[in-house]
Amino acid sequence: MRNLRANTSRLLSALTFAVLLGLIYRNQPLALSYMGLTLLLGASVPIVFATLAQMMMVSVGDLDLSIGPFISMCAAIGAVILPASPWLAVLLYVLAVGVYVFCGVLIQVRQLSSIVVTLGLSFIWLGFALLLVPSPGGQAPQYLVDLMAWQPPFVPLPVLFALLAALIAYVIFNVTVFGIVVRGFGGNPKVIQRSGRSSLGIHAAVYALAGLFGIVSGLLLLGQTTSADANQATSYTLISIASVILGGGEFVGGKVYALGSVFGALTMTLATSFLNFYQVSSDWQVAMQGVILVVALSLRTVINYSGKPA
Amino acid sequence: MSDVRVSAWGRLRNTYWLSTWLAAILALVATALFNAGKGGPGMGSLLTTALSFSTFTVLVSLGQMLVITSGPGNIDLSIPSVIALSGALSMSAMESSNSLIAVGILVALASGMVVGIVNFLLIRLLRIPPIIATMSSALIVLSCAIAYGRGMRTPPPALLAEMLVARIGAVPVFALFAMVLTLLVWLLLTRTIYGRALCAIGQNRNAARLAGVKTGFHVLLTYAISGALAGLTGCLIASYSGGNSLDQGNEYLLLTVAVVVIGGTSVAGGRASIGGIWGGALFMFLLVALLNSAGASAGLRTLLTGIIIVMVVALTEKRRTR
Repeated sequence: MRNLRANTSRLLSALTFAVLLGLIYRNQPLALSYMGLTLLLGASVPIVFATLAQMMMVSVGDLDLSIGPFISMCAAIGAVILPASPWLAVLLYVLAVGVYVFCGVLIQVRQLSSIVVTLGLSFIWLGFALLLVPSPGGQAPQYLVDLMAWQPPFVPLPVLFALLAALIAYVIFNVTVFGIVVRGFGGNPKVIQRSGRSSLGIHAAVYALAGLFGIVSGLLLLGQTTSADANQATSYTLISIASVILGGGEFVGGKVYALGSVFGALTMTLATSFLNFYQVSSDWQVAMQGVILVVALSLRTVINYSGKPA
Repeated sequence: MSDVRVSAWGRLRNTYWLSTWLAAILALVATALFNAGKGGPGMGSLLTTALSFSTFTVLVSLGQMLVITSGPGNIDLSIPSVIALSGALSMSAMESSNSLIAVGILVALASGMVVGIVNFLLIRLLRIPPIIATMSSALIVLSCAIAYGRGMRTPPPALLAEMLVARIGAVPVFALFAMVLTLLVWLLLTRTIYGRALCAIGQNRNAARLAGVKTGFHVLLTYAISGALAGLTGCLIASYSGGNSLDQGNEYLLLTVAVVVIGGTSVAGGRASIGGIWGGALFMFLLVALLNSAGASAGLRTLLTGIIIVMVVALTEKRRTR
């Protein structure tokens, strides 16, 4: 019974997703077809990878307020520099990850608050993105556009990417020693330090991986939009945090769940288009994300509470 | 935290806000020097402009500061949405009529306060982490603002608009009002049970509760005050700019956090720095002014702002507790 409760709480995002999809299906059965899912979940592809990046940060008890602008910047580099001079673009990406790692180390060494440092970082990414694309423009490399337009057999592309992301996150956090150490570090940094691991190394690696996932997200986003805009991914910052928390993650204690977070990202995507199927004014689309967050998280509170001995 | 030792506390707090003021003064002098070369506005008129624009930032940042002081993880992300909604609500309540100004301001305060109370209920009753709770309510409030304010653009009452640009000598009247309000918040923090309780809660919520502090009530008050201040600012911004708009609060999310933290308030909670709010707000405005007069593009300006925030934080923020 206790296991069941823990699992329900963890897969709450999957349940929410299923309920939303079911309600959409009731009104529009075509939504569950191959094409329907491809269109419905298309926007989730970059968000899923933004969520992976955010998961890395949350796993060590940090928060990344800069991931949205970072993804915009990566897309901007991809649209402006990548087609003409690929090596320069690669260099810039490496540099960007380097800045991330530097900030991770800075946060650890000076014991700073990640919220504030990444807040400053977000201005840096946005500024660089604005320098690259002062007004929306640039052209995505053809192979990225082709990748995002690809229609794989049987499985819709967004579902394929979601599966891939869940697998990557699962392997990182639940299979590798690194993942166990990282989660342990999030739970109790002192224990991990005393067991002889370098807290600096952990922070550096976590921030590097977050940067890497950010780059992937930016390139996938670019493949979808085909041109860059310095503000196009700004909203991803908060959506990715919400997805991780919806997926069972917690801000303290190194708790993150791979599958839950990916479903969280899918749910947040679905929430925006959900109301279209019920002929509700698009004014309320934004509210839907908020309502779903509140409902899902209060359900978790209820489930967890009924499980506690009185 | 090393800086809670009573003897060093006051001195340290002083240094915290001193550094932002120094930075603001540096930015002011540098901008004036740049301008002098090109025949732009001198230091006096620059300061007047900085004061009137910083005032909005100060008002919302005071609320954000109280929320951040109430403990690690506490942050009010609903401020921009509240500013948008209260702008729309108060403009339509005032119907551009001078006699309804009081009603409009009351509506603005009340709408913000309601959102603050809802935030608290989400956090307390439903155990939703503050970041997610205020984010959710921000999304819902924004939708309300979109649905309510669609196509609406009511001009503010003439009297209110005049009051916001009025000056005594070189000092905007409105900035004086904000200074009085800042003084009130300072009194609230240092001379009332609420203020002392807030710092205690921020430093260690469990210890505060065991010591008999009504944590729930004080945190409720904190979110309500933050909401009310954001609501008031929403009404004032709409009046200042000749009518409400949906995105009038957008910049205040990151700006308030930056101002509060640069001003020396501890992100880990438990230590507020009021003087730093003015210093931080003036600094953020003057920094942009400086980069503008140096001819930096929007991108370069944002980039440098980011680098400066990271540097200031790396140099001044003291060790947090984990």
